[in-house]
Amino acid sequence: MTALNTGGRLTAPATPKLARRRAPRRRAGLAGYAFVAGYVILLLAFGVFPTLYAVYLAVTNDRGQFTGLGQFIKVIQDYRFGPAFSDILIYLVLWLVILVVLTVVVAVILRSRMRPGLSSVFRFLFYIPGALAGVASVLVWMFMLDPGVSPVSGLLNALGLSTFSEVIAPQSLPVIFVLIAFWTGAGGWIVVMYGALNNIPDEIIEAARMDGAGPWKSAWFIQIPMISKWIAYMTILAFAAGTQLFIEPQLLQSASLGRLNPTWSPNQLAYVLAFQFGDFNGAAAVSIFLLAIGLVGAGILVTRSGLFKADNE
Amino acid sequence: MKSPMVPNSGTSKRRVVRAALAVVSFSVSVAVLAGCASAAQSTATGAGSFTKATQNDKSTITVWTDSTRLPAVQAYQKSHPNTKLNIVTFDGSADGSTYLQTKIQLFDRTGKGWPDVVFASPTDVTWASKPTTPSAQAFAAPMDELVSKSTLDNFAKGSLTPCEYNGHTYCLRNDIAQVVTWYNKSLFDQFGYTVPTTWEQYEALGATVAKEHPGYVLGWVGDSNSQESYFWSSQCPAFDLVKPNTLRVALSDPDCTRMATVLDSMIANKSISTQASNNADFIKDVAPKVLMAVGPSWYGQYIFNGGFKTPAGQIAAANPMTWDGDSTAATGNVGGAVWMVSSHSKNLKAATAVTSWLTTSNANQGGAPTYPAYSPAAKVWLANPANSKYFATDVSGAFTTAANEVWTGWSNTKFSDSTAWSSVVLPALTAGKTLTETLPAWQSAIVDEAKSVGYTVTTK
Repeated sequence: MTALNTGGRLTAPATPKLARRRAPRRRAGLAGYAFVAGYVILLLAFGVFPTLYAVYLAVTNDRGQFTGLGQFIKVIQDYRFGPAFSDILIYLVLWLVILVVLTVVVAVILRSRMRPGLSSVFRFLFYIPGALAGVASVLVWMFMLDPGVSPVSGLLNALGLSTFSEVIAPQSLPVIFVLIAFWTGAGGWIVVMYGALNNIPDEIIEAARMDGAGPWKSAWFIQIPMISKWIAYMTILAFAAGTQLFIEPQLLQSASLGRLNPTWSPNQLAYVLAFQFGDFNGAAAVSIFLLAIGLVGAGILVTRSGLFKADNE
Repeated sequence: MKSPMVPNSGTSKRRVVRAALAVVSFSVSVAVLAGCASAAQSTATGAGSFTKATQNDKSTITVWTDSTRLPAVQAYQKSHPNTKLNIVTFDGSADGSTYLQTKIQLFDRTGKGWPDVVFASPTDVTWASKPTTPSAQAFAAPMDELVSKSTLDNFAKGSLTPCEYNGHTYCLRNDIAQVVTWYNKSLFDQFGYTVPTTWEQYEALGATVAKEHPGYVLGWVGDSNSQESYFWSSQCPAFDLVKPNTLRVALSDPDCTRMATVLDSMIANKSISTQASNNADFIKDVAPKVLMAVGPSWYGQYIFNGGFKTPAGQIAAANPMTWDGDSTAATGNVGGAVWMVSSHSKNLKAATAVTSWLTTSNANQGGAPTYPAYSPAAKVWLANPANSKYFATDVSGAFTTAANEVWTGWSNTKFSDSTAWSSVVLPALTAGKTLTETLPAWQSAIVDEAKSVGYTVTTK
């Protein structure tokens, strides 16, 4: 989240275009390379190299022979491939819609409809669950979802759920995973959206008010359009993280002693292929599918939202 | 958030996209045209003998055990202080866990790190007896090359079958888990019922209990191994290896549907619970009202004594139930673990000694928590008052009878028989479907799994 650290200024200073284009090339010192070297080396070692290795594995078999698209065709034909990807699709649609709508609405309310002191208390409260590490938060939810021990068992009983196995019925799983993801992840994004709203100059809001825009109108026509790039940014990261869903279904699977499909999500399928069947090549092919989906999703969002376009163009 | 790296003008962007597309389509067509090798995994053939690592009788051996057998391994360490043991606890492959398989796959890839002795499920032997990759050596060492033939011959009849592959024996059986009929003698006496000896009587008793003592149950089907207690006992051909690589999955067989019908009628009148026996609610609300249970020999100590905390002197065991008109009695087997020695071990002598002691010695098996597979030790086990004092009557008759009646048509397959049951059948039961209408879904889940690990499947 480097954007946060740089102060989150989305509105570029009004530098004249021509002047910027013709700026003389500064002589680069070695210091610059030294500064980026640390990151680049780690990126190559733990990001780029593993990706290339996965590509290599995905186009070969376990004897090291070249198979072309064979591995991809093999995993598509696997009976677990379709269900895993449709599970993750349902989850992603639910998760992204809920995330975008709720975080933006909450951020707007915190920014414009609440006293500053109260607003900061809420922001802090929203953020707390996000500070809990992934596995710990899943464990918290296992207690929440087991009517036998849950502090909200009354609520679960009211929904007609009296046992843990009823709660984790297959059709409820996407909702459960969205709940966990929202509870752990949304707080951070509410804070980010709040920061983005802070960047909108007061004069603009004031001008809107003088033109007769009420709070909801100015939110809809001024605030939300002006943070649209932030929303796109959040969607890209949430989309990428969402396709990687693994810990939640995996832990729930073992905690329920196998009452969940062990290949519920594509990442679980890759895991089972690699470590249960020793099919590292097939697993790599599944991961390349996930990579491609992530890249295409990000590409569409970046071009549609103009995320990387400078404002003055 | 400006990025000067991205070309701003539309034309140059289009050019980049076009170039990228060209590169991708070129490489794809090369890939497709190149006459590719098969994407299928290599089929490993089990080589009989194995290459031993350089041996060192003094080296430390690593033993992986489940928590139940941890005290046994610690006892070995105490009585054999000269053998250096590094004891590691893991889930013991319970409930279809693939932890051990996952780790061995990784060790095979890195070429080091294997434990010397592991506790495992019979399912694990199906992969451990073959190399996981073309370059690897099968993890399990052939025990027939490490222990004497007379030792192997002393194991209960058929109990080493899951260990055998290609003429070799790759594991030593720790315990057998023959299914018997458990009942609460105190409650039966109090209610004036007689223990059913046939499944038809069992179903009838269910109807009676539902009417006279609602809330009391005659068993449960919500565990990840309940299919072994019930469908195995019914001789249902769900996992029947007719040839080494041909699996018969025929859940529409009358031997399967008869059990589904009995269970459905008892689930409907609530004399059988669909919950899991380790569920907190079940232990609190249902456990005190368990009249009967169809389950393995370890139910006595583990479920009734350990899980339900049923007071001593109430629980008794009877012979497995039969079907009206069936000549042969048959029962199931739920678990019954094995010990394997790693073929990569640097101290095979110590590893074999530990494994032999754990599986065959009276010192260990005579007081083991589960029924020994090693026949001489089983006699000692049955005579051990610690193993019988909990029960209302002598269980040795039922145990010995059941041990000889385990049906052999439920094979040890390359995949766990609990995955499909737990992830397909149990959620359907929870959702209110009957077993009879879930049999086709269970069937297709097993068939899918079987095909994915390379079995030819017949469904007739």
